This record gives sequence, C-alpha cells and structure tokens, in this order.
Amino acid sequence: MRNYLAIAHKEFETLFVGPIAYVVLAAFFFISGLFFYIILTNIIEQVMQIAMQSQQFGAPPRPIDVPAEVMRSFFGILSTIMLFVLPMITMGVIAEEKKRGTIELLFTSPITTAQLLLGKFTALVLFLLVMLAPTVLNSVILYFFSDPRPKLAPFLIGYLGAFLLGSSLLAVGIFISSLTENQIVSAVITFALFLSLWVLDAMARAGSSLQNEVMRYLSVLNHYEDFARGIFDTQHLVFYVSMIVLGLFFTSLSLESPKWRQ
Amino acid sequence: MIQVEHLSKRFGPATAIDDVNFEVRQGEILGFLGPNGAGKTTTMRILAGFFPPTAGRAVVAGFDVFEKPLEAKRRVGYMPEQPPLYTEMTVDSYLRFVSRIKGLAKDRIDDRLKRVKELCGLEGTGERLIKHLSKGYKQRVGLAQALIHEPEVLILDEPTVGLDPKQIIEVRDLIKGLGGDHTVILSTHILPEVSMTCERVVIINRGKIVAVDTPENLTNQLQGGARIELELRGPVDSLQSLLTPIPHVKGIVVGAPHEGHHSVAIETDGTQEVRHIIARKVIESGFELYQLKTQSMSLEDIFLQLTTKEEAA
Repeated sequence: MRNYLAIAHKEFETLFVGPIAYVVLAAFFFISGLFFYIILTNIIEQVMQIAMQSQQFGAPPRPIDVPAEVMRSFFGILSTIMLFVLPMITMGVIAEEKKRGTIELLFTSPITTAQLLLGKFTALVLFLLVMLAPTVLNSVILYFFSDPRPKLAPFLIGYLGAFLLGSSLLAVGIFISSLTENQIVSAVITFALFLSLWVLDAMARAGSSLQNEVMRYLSVLNHYEDFARGIFDTQHLVFYVSMIVLGLFFTSLSLESPKWRQ
Repeated sequence: MIQVEHLSKRFGPATAIDDVNFEVRQGEILGFLGPNGAGKTTTMRILAGFFPPTAGRAVVAGFDVFEKPLEAKRRVGYMPEQPPLYTEMTVDSYLRFVSRIKGLAKDRIDDRLKRVKELCGLEGTGERLIKHLSKGYKQRVGLAQALIHEPEVLILDEPTVGLDPKQIIEVRDLIKGLGGDHTVILSTHILPEVSMTCERVVIINRGKIVAVDTPENLTNQLQGGARIELELRGPVDSLQSLLTPIPHVKGIVVGAPHEGHHSVAIETDGTQEVRHIIARKVIESGFELYQLKTQSMSLEDIFLQLTTKEEAA
C-alpha cells in the first residue's frame, strides 16, 4: 500500500512539473468552455425558432428538454476532446522511465508490477478528475438556471460516463507507452488507436450484419452514448471496466516480458 | 552474503555471461574487473533483480533473487551505470521517493536522508533540482539513492565513470568506508581502482570468469617479473649476446627501427635491480641510449595474459 501511494504521489507530482499537464488542462478548459457556449446558444436559438413557428401555425410547441439536449451534445464534445488530449498525458508514463533508465530503479526496488502500474494509473485518473472538475461549473449553471429544475441523475450519469471513457483511454494509453521508449511514437500510436475506436462506431452504423454488431460492441463511443443521454446501463459499465482491466493487464505483461526476453 | 552459482544469461543468440560462479563474504568489497562488454553489467543487473538469469541462481543476503525477489531487493542497494534520476525532482524529494519505494520505515526517513547526504557530500543541495546539478553531483545522488535504505549489500556499476580526478578519489574513499558494514560489489575497468578499494577481485572476460584473487596476489602472480624498455641506436644484432648473460634477464625482443631508433623490450624475473647494469653495458658497447624505463603491467597486458592463458588451457 505504501509503495502504491508513493508511486501514485510521485507520478501525480511529476505530471505538474513539466508544462504538458498545464497546456493540456488549459486547452481542455478553453475548448470545452467554448463548445458549451456554442451548444447552449444553438439549442436556445432552436427552441425560439420552434416557439415562433408554432405561434405562426397556431399549434402547441413541440416540447424540448433543453438541459438534456445541451448535456448530451456537451458530453459528446467532451469525449472528442479527451481523444485528443489524453494521449499527451499517457505518452511518457512508461516510455520516459525506459528512456531515462529510471525503470532500472523501479525494477530493482521491492515493489510489485501491480503496485507500480496501479500507482501510475491512479495518478492519471486523478489528473482526469482534475481535468473534468471545472466543467461541472457548466452543468451547475445549466442546472440552476433551467426552469423547471432538471433531474440531477442524468448529469451524474453523464459524468460517470466521461470518467469511465477517460479512464479506459488512459489504461490503453499506458499500455502503448509501455511498448516504446519514445514519447512521440507512444503519443502517435495511442492517438491512432483512439481514433480507430471512434471510427469503429461510424463503421458499425453502416449495417446490421454480425460484423457490424461486433464492431458496435467494441466501439468506445457506442457505449458512451447512453451515458451522455443520462441512461445508466450496467453492460456499458462492464465494457469500460473490462477495458481498463485488460489495458492494465497487457501493460503488466509488457513490463514483465523484457525481464524474461532480454 | 552473495552467492552466485552457475549463472548464465543469453540475449537471443548472444551469450552475455556463461557459467559464472563466485562468492562474496559479509563486509567484503569485491571488485568486478573486465573490459567493456565483458558481462559486468549483466551480472550486476541479475544480482539486483532487474532481470532473471537464463540458468543458474543468485542468492543475496540469504534470499534467492528470483524466488524471493522482494526480500532480496529490500536488502540491496543498486546503482546502475547511468544513475536512475528523476531530473525534474529536487534531491530531497527524489531521495524521499526512493526511500519510500525501497521500504524504509517512515520514522527513519528524515534521519537517513540527512545521513546519506552527509556521506555523499550532498549537504546544501537538498532543495536543488537534480537537472541543475553537475555530473559529479548527479553521480553522488545516484550513490545516495543506493544507500538510503541501509542495504546490507551494495551493487555499484562503474561508480567513478565520468567523474573528475578529485571526485574519483572522494567516491573511492566513500566506498572504502562502506566496507565492513556493507558488502560491496563494484565494477570497473580501471585496474588501480580495484587495487585501491577492493579486497578481492573477480576478473571477467567475454562472459567468463578468468581469475578470482586479491589484487596483490593477482599483480604479483601476473607480473612475475618486470619489463624494461630501451630506446637506442646502434648495431642491434649484437644485443642478444651482449645482454643475455646478465643475471635475471630472461629474454630480449628487438623492435623494428623507427628513424634509426630501435625499441628493445627486456624481460627480467624482477627479483633484482638490473637497469644500471644494462645501461652500463649498452653504453660501453657504443650504443646511443635515448631512453630506459620499466614498464609496469597494464590492465591490457593482464587481460592479454589471462585470456591467452585461458585459451591455451
């Protein structure tokens, strides 16, 4: 436990020593804030148009759940931004240890691979929380200025989804980082992989054969959609948790393999 | 304290070390001597638990390095050839981190931190970022890192590489001071370093151990005589008959002339001083003598001698 905490603590501190974390956070806040504004104004405009149209035709206006619509689009945007910024956070996690030779310190210390990996993963997940935290402000505004007050649960479920998606991307990113000594290579491969997981979703929509079904199941976005809509379904939870477990498991294999192969 | 039995390590088709056996007693300082690529680092990495051997076993402080890795690693301080430093950390925070992952008790950390900084001459650098330190200081942080958890066994891979002469002396003294309390293995490819710091030497070449002995025995046994080199001008054909009769002279080799100067190597049994006799004889016979010196055996010579011996056997 102490080893795990020591690794997590150090890793989290290290993230904030260099400029990367700050740049990533700033970019994330800026882009997510900008999109929140755009989404909100767009949807309000739509609502007004619909209201005007219904007045012209004398029919009662089609009801629109504005907060739900805004949050759905906003969580969609969050997932896309995470796709871009998370590889930058995971790229160096293990690659840099290899390059600097500090992996030699870690491997010759009385810690297990599990302690090492979970420590690093925890630090990254904490970073993810730090990154997502300020966007709560958007939701708070939306929540308190909507009339009638929307339900709270969909917001929480949406955040749970963003957190799970982000964490599973982090687990995959750590795995990629353990395959190379080069941060840039690690970042590029991670990004390419994330992007293919995104594209998988678009491809899955194209048809309904078994192939498409499989792709739909594997697509990280497909599982995210329900969360963004405020619907909680355990199958999605299972999907993300297994992705995290698999990612970390493969990382531990890759970390221990050079010990045997070299 | 350390037992190494039939240790072998192959990397694919290449054999890094082959059937290495040796033992280190408690409190002893053992030198690991060999040219680059001889297998020193591989052996040390196995002992430190970085990777397992292909065959054989290593026991450190009573624990098999690969059956009880955590127990063994707790008792080993390891300094790789390149100090494993998180350069963006300060010296203090780095050493604190290391002491935590090495399992040093919480209430001992402050105490040990102060102690190793004194020991390694790092006083006053605690708040500095490691990346701003000079190479010599980084090396000291590397050493402090290996010492912080009071390990019974210290494994130091080329601890003096890249240091200036003054720092080298300091590090050597430091290591010498560690013997007794700690069992130390250090690797080097510098012979004087071994004779200055180590009680016993293992010489390794191309993955095999060629000799294990005290530095004194090794030098005596290997030198087994002295070599005298002359640089002179004159009719060298007569040199053989002129110098061979001198007592204690065992052999004479005349080199090819270079701008009329010949270099001559004379092997003696080393028991008696003969340089003055040689000088007188040479000059009396009308040679022009430009230089006369004794050649002490260098590491290269010892290697040559040991490795050729090995192959002949």
